[in-house]
Amino acid sequence: MAVLDKEFTYAPPGTSGSPVPLKERYDNFIGGRWVAPAKGVYQLDLSPATGKPITEVPRSTGEDVETALDAAHKAKAAWAATSTTERSRVLNAIADVIEANKEMLAVAESWENGKPVRETLAADIPLAADHFRYFGSVIRAEEGSISEIDKDTIAYQFHEPLGVVGQIIPFNFPILMAAWKIAPAIAAGNVTVVKPASPTPWSILKLMELIEPIVPAGVINVVNGPGAEVGMALASSKRIAKIAFTGETATGRMIMGYAAKNLIPSTTELGGKSPNIFFEDILAADDEFFDKAIEGLVLYAFNKGEVCTCPSRALIQASIYQPFMERCLERIAKIKQGHPLDIHTTLGAQVSAAQLEKITRYVKIGLDEGAELLIGGHRNVLPGELSEGYYFEPTVLKGQNKMRIFQEEIFGPVLAVTTFKDEAEALEIANDTMYGLGAGVWTRDASRAFRVGRAIQAGRVWTNCYHLYPAGAPFGGYKASGVGRENHKMMLDHYTQTKNLLVSYDPKALGFF
Amino acid sequence: MEEDRVQATPEALVAIERLAAEHGPLVFLQSGGCCDGSSPICVRSIDLPIGPGDVRVGAAGSAAFFVDSELDERWGKPRYRIDVAPGAGDTFSLEGRDDLHFILVD
Repeated sequence: MAVLDKEFTYAPPGTSGSPVPLKERYDNFIGGRWVAPAKGVYQLDLSPATGKPITEVPRSTGEDVETALDAAHKAKAAWAATSTTERSRVLNAIADVIEANKEMLAVAESWENGKPVRETLAADIPLAADHFRYFGSVIRAEEGSISEIDKDTIAYQFHEPLGVVGQIIPFNFPILMAAWKIAPAIAAGNVTVVKPASPTPWSILKLMELIEPIVPAGVINVVNGPGAEVGMALASSKRIAKIAFTGETATGRMIMGYAAKNLIPSTTELGGKSPNIFFEDILAADDEFFDKAIEGLVLYAFNKGEVCTCPSRALIQASIYQPFMERCLERIAKIKQGHPLDIHTTLGAQVSAAQLEKITRYVKIGLDEGAELLIGGHRNVLPGELSEGYYFEPTVLKGQNKMRIFQEEIFGPVLAVTTFKDEAEALEIANDTMYGLGAGVWTRDASRAFRVGRAIQAGRVWTNCYHLYPAGAPFGGYKASGVGRENHKMMLDHYTQTKNLLVSYDPKALGFF
Repeated sequence: MEEDRVQATPEALVAIERLAAEHGPLVFLQSGGCCDGSSPICVRSIDLPIGPGDVRVGAAGSAAFFVDSELDERWGKPRYRIDVAPGAGDTFSLEGRDDLHFILVD
C-alpha cells in the first residue's frame, strides 16, 4: 500500500507492476453479463496523461440501449420487492469492495481522467465507497407515514420506487459521480441504465467488474457510446421512469425537454461559475486559518479545474488584495504538474484535447478583453511520454466581473480574480452570474459568514472551507445550475413516488345513492 | 433588421449540410455551464430545443443559431464563429456520431 509521503509513481494500467489489470477490449455491462455492442463497433479510450490509447470500449447505438432497458425491466420487479435490509447489505458490499480495491480504482480513474492519483486515493474513491454506505444506511431509516383523516379513515403513504431510471454521468469524477447517481437510485429500489461520459468510459467498467458478483443481474447496467447516440436514445426513451444528468446547459435543456414530452421527472446538474469571497479579516493574523484561506483560493486547481463547483471567481477585498494575492501566487507557483500517477503530482492533465483547446481559447478571450495575466496562461508540454498529454499551466487572470472569463465556466485550472470594496459589493458581484451551484466565504467574523452565506444565490456555500463533498450535505443548483439535489437522503424523494392508500374502516355507506 | 452574428468555416458548413441531409432541418443552441459548456449544440429542429428565452442571432448554412438571451448579453453579444474539430464531444450535438465536435473560434 503506497503512502502519500513516499516517492512513488504507480505503473500505468496494464503494465508490469500496475495495480490495474487491463484487457485489450471491454464490452457493455448489461444484465450482469459483458455484452458486445450490437453493431460490433469499438473505439479507443485515450489517456489524457499521454494522449495514447488505454483500451477499447464499445461505441454502442440505440439497439444496445434497448438491450440494457430489456435487462433492467426484467430485473425491476424483483429488486423493488427486495427488502431494504437486503438492498442495504448490497450497497454496503459495494462499498467494501470499492474500499478493498481503492488503489486499483484510484489508478484506473487517474489514468483515464488525467487527475492526480493523490486526489483519487484521498477523495474520489473513499468518497464513492462512503456514498454507498450512506445510502445503505438511510434507506433503512426511511419510513412512510400515516394520517388519521377521521376516526375510521386512514391515509397511508408509501414510498415506491420509480422503476427503470436513466443516468448520464460526467467525465470529471467518472466513479464518484456514478456513485452519486447509482447509490440513491438502487437504494430506493430502482434499477438503472448508466451512460458514462464519452471521454471516461472505462474506469467505471473496472468498478462493474468488482460488483458483478455482488449486485443482482440487471440492477445496474452500463452502456458506452456517443452522447448524441446512446445518451439521446436513453434520455428520450419511453421505457425509463426518470432521467438524471450532469453536464452542460444545452444538453440539460434537451434532457428536460424529453422528460417533459414523456411526462417523467428529471434531475439535472449543469455547472456554475462559483464565487470564492475573501474578506479582509482573514489577514488579521498570519496563522493556520490564513494558511487555510490561501489553500482555499488555490483549490481552483483541484481536479485541474474540471469541477462543476470550481471556485473559478476569486473575489478579494481590495484592502488585502496585494499581500493576500502575493501569498496565493507563491502557493500556485509551487503546484507540481506532472505524471498523474506520481503521488507528488498536484496538477494533472485536462481530460481531452477538446478541453485543452477550449481553455486556451478562453485565456486568449480574457487577455483580449483586457485581463491581466498573473501566472501561467499556456499549455504545458511535459517531457518524454507525457509530451502529447493535455497539460495546462495553473493560471490566474485579474479582471472584472463583466468579462466573459468571469461569466462562463472554463473547466480548467484558470482563476479569474477581482476585488470588492465592501460586503454589499461582494454580494453584488457574487450573484451577478447566471449560475448558482457553489460559493465560498472566508472570514473570521461568524455573523458576516452567516449573513453573506444566506444572501448568496447558490445551492452550496462553503464557509471557511471549500471542495468538501461529504455524503449528508445536499448539493445542487440555484438558477441555471440545474434542478434537484444530490448527496443527501432527500435524493430518495427524487427516486421514489408516493403511493397513498386511503382506507375506510367504516362499514356505513356514504349515503349519496 | 435581423441580426447576423453567426459565421461558419467552410469545413463546418460541409459538416452541417451533411448532418442536415441525414437528419433533416437543424438548429444550433449555444450551450453554457459544466463539462462541454460553451459548445454550440447542433440538434434536429423537430426535437424543439428552442425556448421563449432564446434569441436567433443568425444562421450557419441552413441551421438557425439560437442563444439564451441572458447568456448572449453576459457574453457581450459576441460574434459566433463555428468551426468543427475532430473527436466527439460529450453532448447531444449530432456531429458527435461522426466523431466531430463543433466549436466556437475567434
